[in-house]
Amino acid sequence: MSEDEEDETRGGEEKRRSPDPGRGGGGGANPPPPFSDQVLENVLENVLQFLDSRRDRNAVSLVCRSWCRAEAQTRRDLFIGNCYAVSPARAVERFRRVRALVLKGKPRFADFNLVPPRWGAGFYPWLAALAPAYPWLERLCLKRMSISDADLSLLALSFPTFRDLTLICCDGFGTAGLAAIAEHCRHLRVLDLIENDVEEEEEEMVDWVSRFSTTSLESLVFDFVGCAVNLDALEALVARSPSLRRLRVNQHVSVGHLRRLMERAPQLTHLGTGSFGEGGGGGGEVEVADLEAAFAASRSLVCLSGFRDLAPEYLPAICPACANLASLNLSYADITAEQLKPVIIHCHNLQTFWVLDTVGDEGLQVVAATCKDLRELRVFPLDVTEDSEGSVSDVGLVAISQGCRKLRSILYFCQRMTNAAVATMSENCQELVVFRLCIMGRHRPDHLTREPMDEGFGAIVMNCKKLTRLAVSGLLTDKAFGYIGMYGKLLRTLSVAFAGNSDLGLRYVLEGCPKLQKLEIRDSPFGDAGLLSGIHHYYNMRFLWMSSCKLSLRGCKEVAQRLPHLVVEWIRDKPEEDDGEAVEKLYVYRSLAGRRNDAPPFVEIL
Amino acid sequence: MSTMSEMERSSTEMEVGYEETALTLGLPGGSRAGGSDQQERKHGFSETADLSHGSSGIETRRGGDLGDESPDCAASGAGRPPASKARVVGWPPVRSYRKNALRSCTYVKVAVDGAPYLRKVDLETYSGYHQLLIALQEMFSCFTIRDRRLVDLVKGTDYIPTYEDKDGDWMLVGDVPWKMFVASCKRLRLMKSSEAVNIAPRAPQ
Repeated sequence: MSEDEEDETRGGEEKRRSPDPGRGGGGGANPPPPFSDQVLENVLENVLQFLDSRRDRNAVSLVCRSWCRAEAQTRRDLFIGNCYAVSPARAVERFRRVRALVLKGKPRFADFNLVPPRWGAGFYPWLAALAPAYPWLERLCLKRMSISDADLSLLALSFPTFRDLTLICCDGFGTAGLAAIAEHCRHLRVLDLIENDVEEEEEEMVDWVSRFSTTSLESLVFDFVGCAVNLDALEALVARSPSLRRLRVNQHVSVGHLRRLMERAPQLTHLGTGSFGEGGGGGGEVEVADLEAAFAASRSLVCLSGFRDLAPEYLPAICPACANLASLNLSYADITAEQLKPVIIHCHNLQTFWVLDTVGDEGLQVVAATCKDLRELRVFPLDVTEDSEGSVSDVGLVAISQGCRKLRSILYFCQRMTNAAVATMSENCQELVVFRLCIMGRHRPDHLTREPMDEGFGAIVMNCKKLTRLAVSGLLTDKAFGYIGMYGKLLRTLSVAFAGNSDLGLRYVLEGCPKLQKLEIRDSPFGDAGLLSGIHHYYNMRFLWMSSCKLSLRGCKEVAQRLPHLVVEWIRDKPEEDDGEAVEKLYVYRSLAGRRNDAPPFVEIL
Repeated sequence: MSTMSEMERSSTEMEVGYEETALTLGLPGGSRAGGSDQQERKHGFSETADLSHGSSGIETRRGGDLGDESPDCAASGAGRPPASKARVVGWPPVRSYRKNALRSCTYVKVAVDGAPYLRKVDLETYSGYHQLLIALQEMFSCFTIRDRRLVDLVKGTDYIPTYEDKDGDWMLVGDVPWKMFVASCKRLRLMKSSEAVNIAPRAPQ
């Protein structure tokens, strides 16, 4: 779940655009308004309660104090894009009636091990504020936060009407915490554990699946929880959960058990199939025909994933469900184009497709021929190394662009690409909102012309007028950034790695992209001059990350001095490489809370 | 150390059973697509030591049981791609859970009877049983290899390497061809020989 894909109506952002502490809301107590004004405020509240979009709500709150108060009283969904941008106390002071909270912690590059462990984003300080302030809290979504088993336990005990818990890319907890949630949240509807780091020694594992006390479970997602679960308990849980619509199991659930689960829950809409492979003890052997029958009986399936240990002969069993599928994730299945074909040709309504590059350009050609309604495509590499062969190329990209004209979002890992192919995609896919191309070998040029990839990315920003998120790769000069600055007027998120020649590149972007919110850069030759060129804009951004660039202490300190509401973190996790002047890792974000008090020793706040 | 995780896994590797019965044409020394590796017992030193095109091609894993005295032990970094570029943290940008998922089941825990700690090894990094024993010997530095067992010379106890397979049975390490072992081994246990009486079938000495 990234914000580019989020529905606009979800959540509400607490941070206003300009951090002017003088403007209403939060902070000190205001005297109560006179009676007539109170009436007006009540009327206003009655109107504002229908407002869902957090951007609209932020605008409303800027009109005047009265509107700010009314808006604060009616905001049910609170969105905090950076847990350090505001203190928990301030957030709960302003918004008194929150039922749902989305909270995000570490910067995205933490996913690639660039943020050292114990950097921060602990959930506890928030929990301590939420528990007394929002006893009626129903929904919580955390992304890239650290949350312990004790936190989960406290959470489960603090909110009697708690319903939905979604944890994405979080760490710090294990099965003991899950057991607490299962046991104490009697009205639990959603427990979605998405891509978290849950690794435990077997001896410490708790049978959390047996502990569920809710009867209204709608969604249970645990496909990447590393430990095996009690399968009998899981089956019993599924059997007593008539509202269950989404079930995504981990790789320890064999195909035999899967079939039994499917028989218990033919009403499922989302299914994560676990191993979908042979053996694995228990559950028994399954005939393909029986498995196919199970899929035929599940008439509501719209989303399939899993296939973690796929035995290819089982794959055709999903065919009965293909015509109705909106989303198919085969990105853990090492399959060829030949194996993909018999399945994908039935998927006429597919909108989201994730796949491994093992299907090759040929496989993508089949996708392009069939999936005319495709909106999102992700092609992941089987071999995640720079010098791998790479099985997909510019050929596959062009094919997709020709067949899937409604494409909005693409993530494409490859080793060979051409400017022409990228330009073709920019012309064919005018609906593109997200374009992320990862040429895995660093600094690789157009493999046919040997030129930098500037023109291709230039075409993307020029032609795709709706583009808000871009990730670049390959050999790129400052020219590419010039294009981005010139045409990327709606760009909100930009990811840069091993690109550019000089400070000019960074300047072009910071001066040219007024909507830029999130900028993450690694291993690019941008220095202090580039950094300083963004001074006018940093208060409008969620964050800036720069690692292994050419920053020095002098430049970073200047930014910190000139922008007092900016937190400038110098992350020094490699003291042996520290020469005292070069800033290897910089993380910059606006904040109303000032410097955080939980910074570890290797973080220096300038 | 699990550098082998970065090697491309050929899909033919998973079809261990089929490969053994397949009749294929292939030059001696095998090829990646061939899968006739199981039948190759003797292989030239140059093939196993030639790692000049690590990830993009030549599979240097070979079958063979413990008795194989081939010189592949010299290539102890079997499968390590050439250090043409220093490996960079977090590049390509793929999350670790995904990398782990694709790397999958060749990463197994090693338990030693009587020792409180667990270690993990990535079976894909070894090209045969002999290499695996050497790695175990290095990992638990008190051991020496003697006759397919690991002996603690100080205490005088010897340990028999055993493993739990996909069906949950405990087997002796070395009974089946290497690739089959890699595909089916879930975890390793160095069992004190005094306890290893009930392990299914003993390999002929």
